[in-house]
Amino acid sequence: MANVLVVAESAEGKLRKTTHSAVTFARQAAQALGGAFSILVIGHNVAGAAEEARALGADKVLVADDASLKDYLAERYAPTVAEVGKGYAVVVGTASAYGKDLLARVAGRLGSGYAADISELLVEGGTLKYKRPMFAGNAFGIMSVSTPVQVVSVRQSAFAAAEPSGGSSDVAPVAVVAPGAAASRIEMVSFDQVKSERPELTEAKVVVAGGRALKERFNEILDPLADTLTAALGASRAACDAGYAPSDLQVGQTGKVVAPPLYFAIGISGAIQHLAGMKNSKVIVAVNKDGDAPIFQVADYGLVADLFQVVPELVKQLKAAKAG
Amino acid sequence: MKILVPLKRVADPDNANKVKIPASGATIETTGLEWKPNPFDEYALEAALRLTEDGKAPKVRAGEVVVVTFGPKETETTLRAALATGADRAIRVDAADDKLDGHLVARALKALVEREKPDLVLMGKQAVDGDSNQVGQILAEQLDYPMATFAATMKEEAGGLLVGREVDGGVITLRVKFPAVVTVDLRIVAPTSVYSMKTAPAFKYNDGVRFAALPAIMAAKKKPLAEVKLADLAADQGLRVTYHGFQAPPARKAGIKVKDVTDLVNRLKNEAKAL
Ligand SMILES: Cc1cc2nc3c(=O)[nH]c(=O)nc-3n(C[C@H](O)[C@H](O)[C@H](O)COP(=O)(O)OP(=O)(O)OC[C@H]3O[C@@H](n4cnc5c(N)ncnc54)[C@H](O)[C@@H]3O)c2cc1C
Ligand SMILES: Nc1ncnc2c1ncn2[C@@H]1O[C@H](COP(=O)(O)O)[C@@H](O)[C@H]1O
Repeated sequence: MANVLVVAESAEGKLRKTTHSAVTFARQAAQALGGAFSILVIGHNVAGAAEEARALGADKVLVADDASLKDYLAERYAPTVAEVGKGYAVVVGTASAYGKDLLARVAGRLGSGYAADISELLVEGGTLKYKRPMFAGNAFGIMSVSTPVQVVSVRQSAFAAAEPSGGSSDVAPVAVVAPGAAASRIEMVSFDQVKSERPELTEAKVVVAGGRALKERFNEILDPLADTLTAALGASRAACDAGYAPSDLQVGQTGKVVAPPLYFAIGISGAIQHLAGMKNSKVIVAVNKDGDAPIFQVADYGLVADLFQVVPELVKQLKAAKAG
Repeated sequence: MKILVPLKRVADPDNANKVKIPASGATIETTGLEWKPNPFDEYALEAALRLTEDGKAPKVRAGEVVVVTFGPKETETTLRAALATGADRAIRVDAADDKLDGHLVARALKALVEREKPDLVLMGKQAVDGDSNQVGQILAEQLDYPMATFAATMKEEAGGLLVGREVDGGVITLRVKFPAVVTVDLRIVAPTSVYSMKTAPAFKYNDGVRFAALPAIMAAKKKPLAEVKLADLAADQGLRVTYHGFQAPPARKAGIKVKDVTDLVNRLKNEAKAL
């Protein structure tokens, strides 16, 4: 039988929301193949994440829990994921930084074809085809994978997070596969985390993104707007490169891809690499002092103005609108 | 240090919105677009040059950088440009673009690495035409090498590198020992991103990649450029993925310009119902 394996992503013992997008894909693919899906939870002290995974309607939740998996390193994770994955028709995860790093390495280990960052599953007579954005989202390719095990990563913004399904899956431990020589030549030194009280960029209902124009006043200007809207902050590459915003906030072809109900582009010109990461947002608002900026070609509401004047004014009026 | 830099040429990424898809959906038309090196590979080359020089002005070379591309004859232009920028030697693996996939490129690179024995394979995290982000990871696994993907900083140590990787939620620092595979992210070409053991700690590079000077362009014509047959590197040339067709994305229609902040808030509230 053709089954699907979801490779879960967890942090500090909890499932990351990315996992739920891969589960949505797995439900669709398992149905198309007439099979079932399992979830592999891998790491150290992941019992909590495994418990959360049980609610997602999988046939089985497999758990690889071992001290050697404490820090995520693809060199240590890939052997176990590939070994478990061998028994499945499709191995899927989400194209987060973790998924991009790990799944391609798993594909290398399995000798499998890899469908990266897909935005849609198409089923044709029981075979799976994948639609994936290419050329910074300016074309879609329709492709399929010809190896016995197919490795897939899904775009989080294109697969809505799966809701709990009511049931409670069986749990089974799986053996950890000893890594190869690569693992003895790599070591995790530190993780400098950017702490934020705001919603995750990829999950937020509203994103307030700023560009190079904000300069050192990035937070001074945008924080009040983001606070008022309970929004996540985002940034253009230029704002990240210049150090106005942390790199983790970059939206675009090679940053995070988001599609929130409401997106603000403040002082962002709208280069194609930026558009690739946000043009599927439902409503786009752009503020730019240059009326010809390309961002206005995708914006539902464009305001040609100096952001340093209008953003504080916008905050004031939004607060008033909320109160009223 | 010896570094191998795989380099792909792509249709001008800044004009990716000009790619055309014929009604049949059979291909992606890139005619009329200029070929450019994949920007991430240009960054990898810049980082490789920084690791193999002493970081003083004028910079003294202290290592070897070999660039390799998979493609038809005309991709030699891309290799010559890389030689002019500072690479020491180039290899072209003769192949047609549509007869390659990530797995095949990685398998053939593996054979090339076994021949060339570099300390480091330094490459882009993704080619901006296919946007796959896979070759580095597949290669590292096939070689059983450690890897550091999405590198924003690199610092040489005895026998290896400290690499800062941009990931969700922050920056992870890894220590990798040679031989290894590193794929680079955008910020690897910032002024203080790359330090070899010979670079003075206070040295700052210019932001971005270096450009070839005219004498270097002339000199590059004499640098070695070898051609290798794909069959010499990969006995199995089978593809693991097949593209069946292409589609243009639905066009997003431009909206309106609002008068002022009051107009904007009104429309967001009453028209878009987005507040
Ligand atoms: C390989 C590669 C990958 C890339 N990936 C990404 C990516 O993932 N994400 C991304 O964003 N970019 C990416 N880029 C960069 C992209 O091409 C652009 O350079 C970048 O998006 C520009 O950022 P920006 O709009 O903030 O800056 P700019 O292009 O400099 O635009 C600033 C804008 O602010 C406006 N402005 C200035 N002052 C004011 C003011 N007072 N009030 C209002 N408006 C003002 C200006 O009119 C201008 O339109 C990538 C590039 C490459 C080569
Ligand atoms: N045809 C090619 N020739 C040389 N290098 C390539 C080729 N295709 C991919 N690469 C390398 O693999 C990296 C990742 O590409 P990809 O996995 O296709 O997104 C690129 O940045 C290049 O360094």
